[in-house]
Amino acid sequence: MRTFDYFKPVCVEEALFLLNKFADKSKLVAGGTDVMVQWKKRIISPVALISLRNIPELNFIRMNDCLEIGSATTHRSLELSADIKSKFPAIYDAVSNIGSVQVRNSATIGGNLCNAAPSADSAPPMLVLDTGVNIVSSDGQRSIPIDQFFKGPGKTVVQPNEVVKSFSIATPPENTGMAYWKHTRRSAMDLPILGVAVLLSFDEDIKTCVKARIGLSVVAPTPIRARKAEEFLLGNVVNEASLDEAGKIAASECSPRTTIRGSDWYRREMARVLVKRVGLISTERASHFSKLES
Amino acid sequence: MKRSISFSVNGDTVQVEVHPHWNLLRVLREELELTGAKQGCGEGECGACTVLVNGLPINSCIYPIMEVEGKDVLTIEGLASRDGALHPVQEAFLEKAGVQCGFCTPGMIMSAKALLDANPDPDEEEIRQALAGNMCRCTGYIQIIESVKHAAALLSSIEQEA
Repeated sequence: MRTFDYFKPVCVEEALFLLNKFADKSKLVAGGTDVMVQWKKRIISPVALISLRNIPELNFIRMNDCLEIGSATTHRSLELSADIKSKFPAIYDAVSNIGSVQVRNSATIGGNLCNAAPSADSAPPMLVLDTGVNIVSSDGQRSIPIDQFFKGPGKTVVQPNEVVKSFSIATPPENTGMAYWKHTRRSAMDLPILGVAVLLSFDEDIKTCVKARIGLSVVAPTPIRARKAEEFLLGNVVNEASLDEAGKIAASECSPRTTIRGSDWYRREMARVLVKRVGLISTERASHFSKLES
Repeated sequence: MKRSISFSVNGDTVQVEVHPHWNLLRVLREELELTGAKQGCGEGECGACTVLVNGLPINSCIYPIMEVEGKDVLTIEGLASRDGALHPVQEAFLEKAGVQCGFCTPGMIMSAKALLDANPDPDEEEIRQALAGNMCRCTGYIQIIESVKHAAALLSSIEQEA
């Protein structure tokens, strides 16, 4: 009979011990919304599933000087966090529209990122927030910036003996706006044709851009940053015309594939359109926040 | 090798021998003979298998049974009172014709129940969001949304009487 043993460690140390013991015969599982389906479809057949669901030190949202999110925090917990919604709306935009309530009650942000689908909804917002990924193994800890985290479809820098512990995000400077847009055929229960996150920080008059981040998904083998478009915006006055140009540059940085959800030319074209639109939403949010703060 | 686990289903503690790869839906339907929750897609897309674990709606078809140990599971069978009186959400679905073939109904009602527990007076957008993970191939959803609105009204009138 095709089966697996299921382990429920209660601390990271125990999870690492099990990971070392079973090595490549094991698979980490958090919410299980990807792993259980992969097992059913016989894509994976581990001897041992090591669950991260019962480890309190992986399940938290902490907001002090910076935001820290435990890797096994569910999308639903993030969606319902008032701090996430008000201070990190790009994360809220993404996590509130992944799957269904049922899926979001199980699925975790660490699982979404470690599954490393080119379409991962949480990836573009985490990219524009310059997220640090904190990874632990029995040899110690390391932190890497999220723009170096993804290695290919389904592939990350996480080694077989490592566990992603948490994500660290610095509080954005004042006069910052951010948003994520998931471009889909239907408004729920769909994977994105394209995902676009934009973060813009402005000087005091909310005109000149002092920091720009653009994160795109489903336009390359991994979620990417549109660095040339970011460089173009930096120091520039942000308006419809400059965002138009940034969209064109971002589109030129994409190398999308044709899949069942959309063709390559359409994705490139929508990257151009959506970078501008999401840039406008971010600008509006920055000006809204600056009014709230003043 | 089978494992013995214990959890609560509709208020009763049960002890079940399970294979670790089983999911909650299989144990409910095949071991405990609670066939209200349905298997639709088997992949967490359709919501026919929705039950509440510790009060939260989840897709039981991909919920590892080993994670259920010590938790409280509520299925459609646990909604009506022991004397057979229907829960207000069930009443509302009957009254507003939110039931057609019935296959999606247990999942719809459990999602609706979880919504109304957390938000007694949802607007239509909130209802649609809460039910987005429950597919219905008969009704076109209109009567289902009407049913949830009616359920909210029924529950609030019960609340006021109490």
